[in-house]
Amino acid sequence: MPLLAGPVCLLLHHPRLSWGLATTASWIAFFIALTLLDQVLSNGTITYALGGWAAPWGIEYRIDEINAFVLLIVSGISAITLPFARTSIEYEINPRRIYILYTAWMLCLTGLLGITITGDVFNVFVFLEIASLSSYTLISLSRDPRSLTAAFRYLVMGTIGATFILIGIALLYIMTGTLNMMDLSQRIPAVADTRTVKMAFTFLIVGIGLKAALFPMHFWLPNAYAFAPSAVSALFAGTATKVAVYLLLRFFFTVFGPEFSFDVMQSDRVLLPLALVGVFAASTAAIVQSDVKRMLGYSSVAQIGYMVIGISLVSVLGVTAGILHLFNHALMKAALFVSLGCVVYRIGSTRLTDMAGVGRAMPWTMGAFVVGGLSLVGVPLTVGFISKWYLILAALEQQWWWLAVLVLVSSLLALIYIWRVVEFAYFKAPADPAREITEAPATLLIPTWLLILANVYFGIDTSLTVGVAERAAKLLMGTAS
Amino acid sequence: MEIFGLYNYWVVVVLMMIGLYVVVASGNLIKKIVGLNIFQTSVFILYISIGKLKGGTAPILMEDPASYSNPLPHVLILTAIVVGVATTALGLALAVRIYGAYGTIEEDEIEEQESTT
Repeated sequence: MPLLAGPVCLLLHHPRLSWGLATTASWIAFFIALTLLDQVLSNGTITYALGGWAAPWGIEYRIDEINAFVLLIVSGISAITLPFARTSIEYEINPRRIYILYTAWMLCLTGLLGITITGDVFNVFVFLEIASLSSYTLISLSRDPRSLTAAFRYLVMGTIGATFILIGIALLYIMTGTLNMMDLSQRIPAVADTRTVKMAFTFLIVGIGLKAALFPMHFWLPNAYAFAPSAVSALFAGTATKVAVYLLLRFFFTVFGPEFSFDVMQSDRVLLPLALVGVFAASTAAIVQSDVKRMLGYSSVAQIGYMVIGISLVSVLGVTAGILHLFNHALMKAALFVSLGCVVYRIGSTRLTDMAGVGRAMPWTMGAFVVGGLSLVGVPLTVGFISKWYLILAALEQQWWWLAVLVLVSSLLALIYIWRVVEFAYFKAPADPAREITEAPATLLIPTWLLILANVYFGIDTSLTVGVAERAAKLLMGTAS
Repeated sequence: MEIFGLYNYWVVVVLMMIGLYVVVASGNLIKKIVGLNIFQTSVFILYISIGKLKGGTAPILMEDPASYSNPLPHVLILTAIVVGVATTALGLALAVRIYGAYGTIEEDEIEEQESTT
């Protein structure tokens, strides 16, 4: 659906019209994702052979609990941020380029949804490149010239990552002669002991790690987020890295199987310390940033660390926590970035010093930011609390007290950097008292508060998210046993 | 003879390393793109080598060819080449715009300008 909408946007050539089309397409995709999730929950896995060729020769689309869930996140975030995008984008980028932005947005959405839905490893690469190429374009569309260098750096890193994935796929194909994920998972055990398969595993994980901005491969991310247009940052924060984490889950558990990934390769012993260091290093880096958008970028790196901690615990509870955090972090980061988008719309900057005193001038916007920030810290009644709670439960289940303590301590770091923003926004006098700052318009505030309310709602009523995440985790762990 | 028999894989590895080195070591944006291209090409050759069979023919319009190359990796790499071309085009376009904005495509000079503004 978004794929169809992309070229049409380009043809329409009109900012408003292409926006309308993109929004409609996203909402339709969102509803399709909803019905898919519903069907998968009641009927089990759905498969669809593309072009009528049966798997494992043809390309197969395969939807089970986990990717239906990720589909829902991706299309949902896009559907909510697009209404926000209209006003914000008109302010932030050159009006003649707006239709290009929506075209790239649609292609990016296509890529992300495609990665999630497909059951074929080469198709993953193709969709990955669709998503990445359009995301480089999206970043570079901002007026700030620094966005160009950020996009270029992302392009270089992203291409290396994608090529690594390509090498991994080639090595797997040499050993097994198949590209279908289900087929691969059956054939890999027979050849698991060869060095080729181990190399393939390493290449794939490093490649996906680059895409997911897994510490220490995260250097492209903060700049890319900081200089992209606000709505685009919100989209990426909510979707792009999440899809990469999903791929990580997919390859660990479905394609290679937990026994190979964690017993033979012992990747959990590498991932867990890296993720922990990542959480602390990125949170500390976030504290010293003077630009709030950049701070949120670093905090994203830290949050991805939490997801990986969950995954590397290799238990149903740990994976549940990882998937939950995937959903919850998408919600809260998107909410934070859109509320910053409101700030940019009014004061034209996200530097901390420029934000002095905006709390009083824009109570709704900053209110949204504070709730989102609290969610990031993990205060009860928000989504952040739920995923941290499960993460700590999973750590305690393994009797790893130190890990639970470390997770708590790192949450305090999050509290510090959110507090700095609050301090500047509410307690500092405005830098320029003569300047009138008014509340952001309703077209920006409504999507922002929708996201915030979703944050609170899923923090209180967890039956949907936890239920699905648990089923998905059981499915992932169960494919091996 | 095993080592010489697998010479195209050696070519792949060498090209891959050259490409990666250029990407990491060079400060010029265009050279970085060239490095990326070399890196990607090495992977293309890897794929093509997988599918090729000595003396094999292309299995097109033939009844029962005796031995033929595996067409699948070749088709795959056709897609990857297209992707590579698109990446290069986008990278070069970005480089042009960076040149327009900064007046240089040397990475250290750009960083200098960024830190002063």
